[in-house]
Amino acid sequence: MTAESAKAFEALEGQARALLDLFARAGYEPVAPAIIQPAGVFLDQIGEQVRGRTYVFTDLAGEELCLRPDLTVPVSRLYLERHPQADEKARYSYNGPAFRFQPLGPSATHPREFRQAGIECFGVPDKENADIEMIRLAVEAVKSAGLRDFSLRFGDIALFYALVDALQLPKRWRNKLRHYFWRPPVFHALLDRIAQGTRPEPDTLATALADKIASADQARAEEIVAAYLDAQGIPLAGNRSLREIAERLLDHAADLRADPLPQEVGTVIDYVLTVSAPPREACDKLAMIAKGAGLDIDAGLGAISRRFDRLEGEGVDLSRATFTAEFGRKLEYYSGLVFQIEAEGLDETEPVAGGGRYDNLLTALGAPRPVPAVGSAIHTERLLAAVEGGA
Amino acid sequence: MSSPALVIAVPSKGRLKEKAAALFEQGGMPLRVKGHERGYRGQLEGLPDVEVEYTSAAEIVHQLRAGRVHLGITGEDLVRETLTDVDGTVEFLKPLGFGHADVIVAVPECWIDVASMADLEDVAEQFARSHGRRLRVATKYMNLTRRFFAKKGVTGYRIVESVGATEATPATGTSELIVDITSTGTTLKANHLKVLEDGLILQSQAHLLAAKTGVWDARARELREAVLGALSK
Repeated sequence: MTAESAKAFEALEGQARALLDLFARAGYEPVAPAIIQPAGVFLDQIGEQVRGRTYVFTDLAGEELCLRPDLTVPVSRLYLERHPQADEKARYSYNGPAFRFQPLGPSATHPREFRQAGIECFGVPDKENADIEMIRLAVEAVKSAGLRDFSLRFGDIALFYALVDALQLPKRWRNKLRHYFWRPPVFHALLDRIAQGTRPEPDTLATALADKIASADQARAEEIVAAYLDAQGIPLAGNRSLREIAERLLDHAADLRADPLPQEVGTVIDYVLTVSAPPREACDKLAMIAKGAGLDIDAGLGAISRRFDRLEGEGVDLSRATFTAEFGRKLEYYSGLVFQIEAEGLDETEPVAGGGRYDNLLTALGAPRPVPAVGSAIHTERLLAAVEGGA
Repeated sequence: MSSPALVIAVPSKGRLKEKAAALFEQGGMPLRVKGHERGYRGQLEGLPDVEVEYTSAAEIVHQLRAGRVHLGITGEDLVRETLTDVDGTVEFLKPLGFGHADVIVAVPECWIDVASMADLEDVAEQFARSHGRRLRVATKYMNLTRRFFAKKGVTGYRIVESVGATEATPATGTSELIVDITSTGTTLKANHLKVLEDGLILQSQAHLLAAKTGVWDARARELREAVLGALSK
């Protein structure tokens, strides 16, 4: 926003104070991470699309920095600063500005400068409890701010991973599907390829080499690759190792030899990803799809069902909630249950709050051990606008 | 002195400057530098109400965007890298046949398992598993890279900005691959890099461009045709 009246400012501040009070009563310690962050952290964790949405700049010392586009990563870095061994539980709350470049120009619902109020919970091993606590608090927070007319949307990244595991595919395909999941356009191209049973393009050099090493083990394959490079006078340069090059050629050889993946694999994944329904109904649908395909994803489904049961038990109204299997595919650091709160009158791309589980982020940021983590953030301007608009 | 009816921006140094001067000469409209030899303003012989502004090839793109000049001569790579809305900002009037350079994606020659852009996403997945980070692409063409990679569905990478000796960065370990310009391929070869089969982002050369913003009165349009005519000879 370019400017705001003192009254609008005070309204936002008042709302934020109430939110922080609520978070403090729930045991969340207020923190204020730096607004200016190293850009590399975000580019590594979220990807180059960040550059299209973030104010990235180079300072006079030549360091690449950014105005934080979000507070989850800065708060996670703050946790690691305080607990370099990543061996403590911590519950943090915050309220402060975040910045996003808006390609279509800033607007009331897509401002380039906005305030996020939120909570992050680190190191709590009972994930179910932590998930419930997070969602319950987020709902309580928007309700305490006066929001009445809203609905919840859920997704679960772990469920997709469970599905890929249950399909019992070769490891190279499991890795591929997990990685491509975060890249919907190429993911669909990959599924199409599976569905049509097309083989990989026979490109000459790689295929010729793959043929040569088809029956070799990893060590032998590396020798063959090294000998080839040597004969061609090509130095092995850069960060990618001989092991990695040989491994991919072996995968390529396996693809050339193997039968195409059963077409049902693509169909099942497609079915699962199109599920979008009220939570119970979605769980039933997913169970049916899995059963029909002879897949065991009971553990994953059980985990979600239990969370829905407990949320309702603790008074969270799920009568207007939706479970969308595809939801949560945009931020690669999410790893489990994800959710958002949508106010009546605003569309799906303009949630007033959102969050989820991100168990892999802290190791990626340098934690020496995995840290279970779950968080939630409120877009405070949107929340205020929704409340003032009568939602 | 009355203000000029048309302003044309011309590169102020190097081969682009020489080639542009030769082209005007050949078209019967030699460039004349005003004042001393290293002046930054000039004229076209025979067109007294045209002002020539000598400035850097990169700055010419900004001048065109702002509508501060009517016409400009600069490389297509700079135009496409700098402007977010190319078609709404400038009009390509004529390719000028010099300043040829291809913007390409190149990887180490030893990546014998990699031939195309589609391979890169798989390599990115493998690289993230083994090294715990994304592939690094060294380039000064951040926007061209981002757009091209998105079009090809490659996302498991990050850009490291490089303003010189980009082709050396994979070997020194500050990047895994590069996006850079090449004209003969000799430098790539010397650095043991190979261009991906579908890794040609842009075949660039110098163009005569017109700004879509700015004041285009009848005389300016007339002069534009005269300049275009001369450069087409």
